[in-house]
Amino acid sequence: MFARGLKRKSAEDGEDVEGGLAGAQAMPSYSLQRQSLLDMSLVKLQLCHMLVEPNLCRSVLIANTVRQIQEEMAQDGTWRVVAPQAAGRAPLDRLVSTDILCRSVREQEGERPAPDAGDGHTPDLVPGLATVPSAQALRNPQSSLWEVDSSRENRGGFQKSLDQIFETLENKTSGSVEELFADVDSSYYDLDAVLTGMVGSTQSGHGSGLQAFSPATAAPPSSSCRSDLGELDHAVEILVET
Amino acid sequence: MKRGSHPGCRPALGCCQGPRRDQLQLLHSPRGSVVRWRGQSCDSQQDALLAGIGVLTQDTLWCFSQVKGTIEIGATEADIISTVEFNHTGELLATGDKGGRVVIFQREQESKNQVHRRGEYNVYSTFQSHEPEFDYLKSLEIEEKINKIRWLPQQNAAYFLLSTNDKTVKLWKVSERDKRPEGYNLKDEEGRLRDPATITTLRVPVLRPMDLMVEATPRRVFANAHTYHINSISVNSDYETYMSADDLRINLWNFEITNQSFNIVDIKPANMEELTEVITAAEFHPHHCNSFVYSSSKGTIRLCDMRASALCDRHSKFFEEPEDPSNRSFFSEIISSISDVKFSHSGRYIMTRDYLTVKVWDLNMENRPIETYQVHDYLRSKLCSLYENDCIFDKFECVWNGSDSVIMTGSYNNFFRMFDRNTKRDVTLEASRENSKPRAILKPRKVCVGGKRRKDEISVDSLDFSKKILHTAWHPSENIIAVAATNNLYIFQDKVN
Repeated sequence: MFARGLKRKSAEDGEDVEGGLAGAQAMPSYSLQRQSLLDMSLVKLQLCHMLVEPNLCRSVLIANTVRQIQEEMAQDGTWRVVAPQAAGRAPLDRLVSTDILCRSVREQEGERPAPDAGDGHTPDLVPGLATVPSAQALRNPQSSLWEVDSSRENRGGFQKSLDQIFETLENKTSGSVEELFADVDSSYYDLDAVLTGMVGSTQSGHGSGLQAFSPATAAPPSSSCRSDLGELDHAVEILVET
Repeated sequence: MKRGSHPGCRPALGCCQGPRRDQLQLLHSPRGSVVRWRGQSCDSQQDALLAGIGVLTQDTLWCFSQVKGTIEIGATEADIISTVEFNHTGELLATGDKGGRVVIFQREQESKNQVHRRGEYNVYSTFQSHEPEFDYLKSLEIEEKINKIRWLPQQNAAYFLLSTNDKTVKLWKVSERDKRPEGYNLKDEEGRLRDPATITTLRVPVLRPMDLMVEATPRRVFANAHTYHINSISVNSDYETYMSADDLRINLWNFEITNQSFNIVDIKPANMEELTEVITAAEFHPHHCNSFVYSSSKGTIRLCDMRASALCDRHSKFFEEPEDPSNRSFFSEIISSISDVKFSHSGRYIMTRDYLTVKVWDLNMENRPIETYQVHDYLRSKLCSLYENDCIFDKFECVWNGSDSVIMTGSYNNFFRMFDRNTKRDVTLEASRENSKPRAILKPRKVCVGGKRRKDEISVDSLDFSKKILHTAWHPSENIIAVAATNNLYIFQDKVN
């Protein structure tokens, strides 16, 4: 189980920033917790990339969780993580217990990092300022992953296992959730194309190649068959191993 | 009532003589009075108290009956039970395991000599249903684990069941053979061909009795119709068709035809990158052969009517409970994913299981369930850890009793829970070797959430999350339940007086 039993400490505004900082390193804030959940989720997705037969339901649920976190981070404007050195002027929030992520929104409302914490900006301005970079971040999560990665070196208090995970993440070429997902599924997709493509194969020039490969029982000629030549070509390429 | 000492008196409790001395005794203790059955085969005071309390509150008392399977040492992963199912009469109980084997138990006839001992289940047949396969196109292994077993109603002397792994459904015929033909003309007793020159007479082979042999033969193999992993099979009430559901599609089969199936539900998006929801379970309506339901990973249930169109992508009814915004967290969607859906025997209700609750829905009300039962709400604050160790993805099943008055589902630490829909009472019981004395009454268990832990309670942090009860089954008409705890199968019965 996760480290448990970290005690809560109420916010001490303006008082003893250094103490607050030292305290923050010992007790992760909501955004750090959320970040580690995101990292854990990405690792889980990677792991099922390596598994023999990934459980699709599990992958979908994890991917949806990742999307949720990304969306929330975009709303917060925290998708680009600020290095804690700069946080000297922006106090690292309130110190919360480890299980904050499990708590309901109502409980969390008072504790989540407000977009304008320590900046002096009005709430209206900051989201506006944040949207452009965060939108870019959403479109290119890969680069933001790397960014997050580099800023992580500055943080303390992460478990060793997470460090190993980041190395793996860096080595992987796929970045966005969608890409990860498409990778995992490509073989399914192709097989599906082959099976459904069986129906339309006799007309195309690839017919003989596929028929030679035909499975023991023919694919059901159902009305939901969605084959098109593009998929068929791709499938044939794989079969022929070009 | 006079306090005194007489045979069977328990001085610590201070018992009295009641009006029906030969059967009941009323015991007074500092904590109150309990009724005790006299002459019952209880081992301990505790059993007596439980029995007494049970009588007073009219709760069902569950007793240990049998356990099948080996004790820890020597248990392999292949022995892990992955599905449990009674047949329609309750005479047979089938289990499937991770190693692809099916074991069928048969209830012995109740003998007149042992009136108090209800029929026990003994091994009837064991066979290898599925073997591991290798998918060469995808370079992936196909597990032989039996995901589901469903019985067909009995129509002749033989028994038929469907068993499925991730990709292939098989129809098995289990039949008895207690006679064999003897006296062939062309073959001798060992089956060797006789020399034609030695054959001088003609005779008719006769059937002679032999030792009972139970043989299982695969009668149909329904393969190559599922790209994704099959999670459910369900026999239709017409007994001619059945459905198989995988993550994204549901297919309808005719038992006689193995090279063709009809696709009746397809939720696969054109672009797989847009996939956000999968099918988690599906079942036919018990009486209406045109209706079925399927559940999703987003906590919704769809009722479909096959008469409406060939492809049932449009539902007739859509069951979803609005989310409680105050309870929202990053894990909300995961814990709302439905792991099992079951029609009641009456066909009027459906029951769904998600990670923390069991819900009963009325088919006529789509906007919320009529009943919600908390299975282990104390896990709500532990969801982060349960996500980390993957337990949050465990798929628990749920079952109805024969009269649809009680529902049962499993939990962790080998606990399982029963909810009485009428009395609104619930109980937590444990399947463990410690409670395995014959006819020992199961003691209710309690999980302590916080604060002071009482003597018999167990704290949340002490729960063993590797001991999970995912699969249970309830006899169709009697209070007999089968509970699969990893590689052991426990059978419990209600107390017989």
